[in-house]
Amino acid sequence: MSALLRHARYVLSGNPVTALAFGLFGLLLFAAIFGSAIAPYDPLATEAARALKPPSAAHWFGTDQLGRDIFSRVLVATRLDLTIAFASVILAFLLGALSGVAAGYFGGWTERIVGRIADTIMAFPLFVLAMGIVAALGNNVTNIVIATAIINYPLYVRVARAEANIRRDAGFVEAARLSGNGEARVLLGHILPNIMPIMMVQMSLTMGYAILNAAGLSFIGLGVKPPHPEWGIMVAEGANFIQSGEWWIALFPGATLMLAVFCFNLLGDGLRDIVDPRQRT
Amino acid sequence: MTAAPALKVENLSVEFRTRAGVVRVLEAVDLEVGKGETVALVGESGSGKSVTAFATMGILDPAGRVTSGSAMFGGADLLALPERELAELRGRELSMIFQNPRTALNPIRRVGQQIADVLVRHGGATRAQAPQAAIEMLRRVRIPDPERRARAYPFELSGGMCQRVMIAIALACRPSLLIADEPTTGLDVTTQAVIMDLIGELARESGMATVFITHDLALAAEYCDRIVVMHAGHIVESAPSAQLFAGARHPYTARLLAATPGETDSLQGLQSIPGNLPDLRRTDLPACRYSERCERRKPECVSPLALAKVGERHLVACRFPL
Amino acid sequence: MLNLLLSRLATAIPSVLGVIVVTFLLTRLLPGDPAAYFAGLAATPQAVAEIRAKLGLDKSLPEQFLVYVQDLLSGNLGTSLTTGQPVTADILTRLPASAELTLLALFLAAAIAIPLGVLAAVKQGSWIDHLCRIVTTAGVSLPVFFTGLLFAYVFYYLLQIAPAPTGRLDAFLTPPPHRTGFYLIDSLLVRNTEAFWGALAQLALPAASMAIFSLAPLARMTRGSMLSVLGGDFIRTARASGLAPRTVIFTYAFRNAVLPVITVLGMVFSFLLGANVLVETVFAWPGIGLYAVNALLTSDYAPVQGFVLTMAVLYITLNLAIDLLYGLVDPRVRLDA
Repeated sequence: MSALLRHARYVLSGNPVTALAFGLFGLLLFAAIFGSAIAPYDPLATEAARALKPPSAAHWFGTDQLGRDIFSRVLVATRLDLTIAFASVILAFLLGALSGVAAGYFGGWTERIVGRIADTIMAFPLFVLAMGIVAALGNNVTNIVIATAIINYPLYVRVARAEANIRRDAGFVEAARLSGNGEARVLLGHILPNIMPIMMVQMSLTMGYAILNAAGLSFIGLGVKPPHPEWGIMVAEGANFIQSGEWWIALFPGATLMLAVFCFNLLGDGLRDIVDPRQRT
Repeated sequence: MTAAPALKVENLSVEFRTRAGVVRVLEAVDLEVGKGETVALVGESGSGKSVTAFATMGILDPAGRVTSGSAMFGGADLLALPERELAELRGRELSMIFQNPRTALNPIRRVGQQIADVLVRHGGATRAQAPQAAIEMLRRVRIPDPERRARAYPFELSGGMCQRVMIAIALACRPSLLIADEPTTGLDVTTQAVIMDLIGELARESGMATVFITHDLALAAEYCDRIVVMHAGHIVESAPSAQLFAGARHPYTARLLAATPGETDSLQGLQSIPGNLPDLRRTDLPACRYSERCERRKPECVSPLALAKVGERHLVACRFPL
Repeated sequence: MLNLLLSRLATAIPSVLGVIVVTFLLTRLLPGDPAAYFAGLAATPQAVAEIRAKLGLDKSLPEQFLVYVQDLLSGNLGTSLTTGQPVTADILTRLPASAELTLLALFLAAAIAIPLGVLAAVKQGSWIDHLCRIVTTAGVSLPVFFTGLLFAYVFYYLLQIAPAPTGRLDAFLTPPPHRTGFYLIDSLLVRNTEAFWGALAQLALPAASMAIFSLAPLARMTRGSMLSVLGGDFIRTARASGLAPRTVIFTYAFRNAVLPVITVLGMVFSFLLGANVLVETVFAWPGIGLYAVNALLTSDYAPVQGFVLTMAVLYITLNLAIDLLYGLVDPRVRLDA
């Protein structure tokens, strides 16, 4: 473990970009936790008198068509966007890692069924499948989380299955089996912890995609309902004003969204360098 | 050898820049190959045999850098030639074949085409004649049914066949020097002998000089006129094969010979060489890089030394030769 | 080659079956009463009952599935409540618009990403390598609907060099006669250069937004694959044979390096077909993505289901084409099959 930490410090010192991503991540986390507390305005308060005002000292990001403060809305939206992404990634991880590890460890029918489910999901263009799922299950935030988890599921299965397959006959697994551990114990107590580092990388890499996907769904009107602040829906609202030159309504939530995705992508690449230096590109 | 040699490498030094520091892979290497002569370059893996060949050919990895030296070949210094002119010579005047022939060929190009590419590039044949000339080359390296084999991909051929194709590529333009880098590694024992015989025969036919890189002293003695021994980026001994086997003067060569299984040896007679190659990133390496493994080491071994003549055509880099 | 085609077709069949089952299940998962859902919001109980019988929802699930498959085989995807047309007809008329946009975006992405990746690998550590790294990391982070809006703002509102971001052709131009449905090709067929440039001007911004998004995986894979091939034994052989740098890089390295890039095309298509929906929404592009979004918002379910199915079948077909392309380039796959 200390070797891993040392390696992490080495990678971070040689890779300021990853350090920057960690900083950005801290900032996002801070906004998600304290966003509503530190927002200068009520994100839902409308006021016709100050509608469609460009950025100013009072309203850093300007105001929208209903006179709401965009900075406050972007700040408050962080929690919802990150929650959707975190929840879907954790759900995908739980489903994917468990079934993937079981598939790789037991092989046979388990592997065939899990593989078939993953392949069927992969046979769809993923965003389109997410649209279909939300449309079928009902248009709300929970279903956005479920749809996003489902389309990420095959990625986790693939990694978990491959890793479990390699480790199935490894020495430490053999040892655990011989010392009288049941199959489930070997699986959960010995194989799963061993593939955690690589699963963490996978989670970080899919976080960015999950945020992007959820924002895309709300951009086309699925999931989050106005007037609730959420980045994707704010960009959609701003889209109506782009042609008349009110750029700030769409720009700030869009740029924040972009920064968040960028942060998680960099973080994922950085984590991969730490966990698996061979994969460096 | 009074005539001008085919290749004369002098004072060649090569460094590799790695994340863990600068590795001085070769230091002041001198190597001479006479016209039509067959020379073996022998040593453990990591001793710098292949790097010597790559540096001479101008195909070092980007991380490697020649820091000093010259390699005179046909009146030109290969190390000083611009890449364009050097590329003209490679494959035409001096050629190289590699170990693991199956990965050394382009996997998705027909082998006939790969030979034709070299012929066309060096003016050995026109685009129209090239396919036929490639088939002729395959016949010269004794590949049965060359018309059909020319249309094969490497994965459809055995390792031995692939090595013949490699030889055909290397000899297509009748070079005056061939460097064979462990050409039999990755082949089974019977194929090894066939390939070695083939190279020897083709070399004799055309009077081509050959540098044969190997870690196998017995193989070197069987096929080569002279043996040059390398250790940790230095040349430590050079002598005609028979002379070297009869009386090695460098302690490392003696150890290598003792570690070579002969026909009469029993397993007990075989000895391993103590210690490992020194870490070439060190800045405090002694002048004799073998001294730290050497049981005959004396305090003087740290001071500079050069190859010295100890007999007719016999050179040794040791203060206290055997 | 025929063997390869047949073996790949065989592997595509389970995918198609899976897709059909999933789209069937999606309609049965509809919250509440599917009949009420299909009937629309203002339907009377009597109308709902009628629709239930008409849709066969009073039958058992396996029976319903058989009916569904029969309908699919006869090309019947139901009727759209908003347009009043059969969904199949609606989708077929809108498909060329989406296909033209997506294919142009793919072409743009490949035309930029592949040379960029090759150059980055050949000149590793140079400015072009750094550019490649920035483009690949930034590209995947750009929400495609946001890029589209930015482009519209900059090129239409600020610089006024792009046409209004609405539709495939300016209202003052007449579309070319329908041959392929691709405006660029149809306008050239009748030598209508005005319509050609008009269509191209409309296509430029949406296609560029999609291309930027899908460029990253292509460039990344090209660079990585080129690097690993350039370090390969056979490249050393080629260099040792004195082959010209051009031959080494293109005939030897690139043809080998392009194989993993072809594999990544599948993922890129998945990205593109999804991004297509968002970009069509931004640019009011009259394709199947916008059609599906409008249907979604009015709870008109049959078009959404038809859209998901069409996209999935398209995607499977594209993957099949990619597999065959791979076989064309790599003799090992071709001869193994």
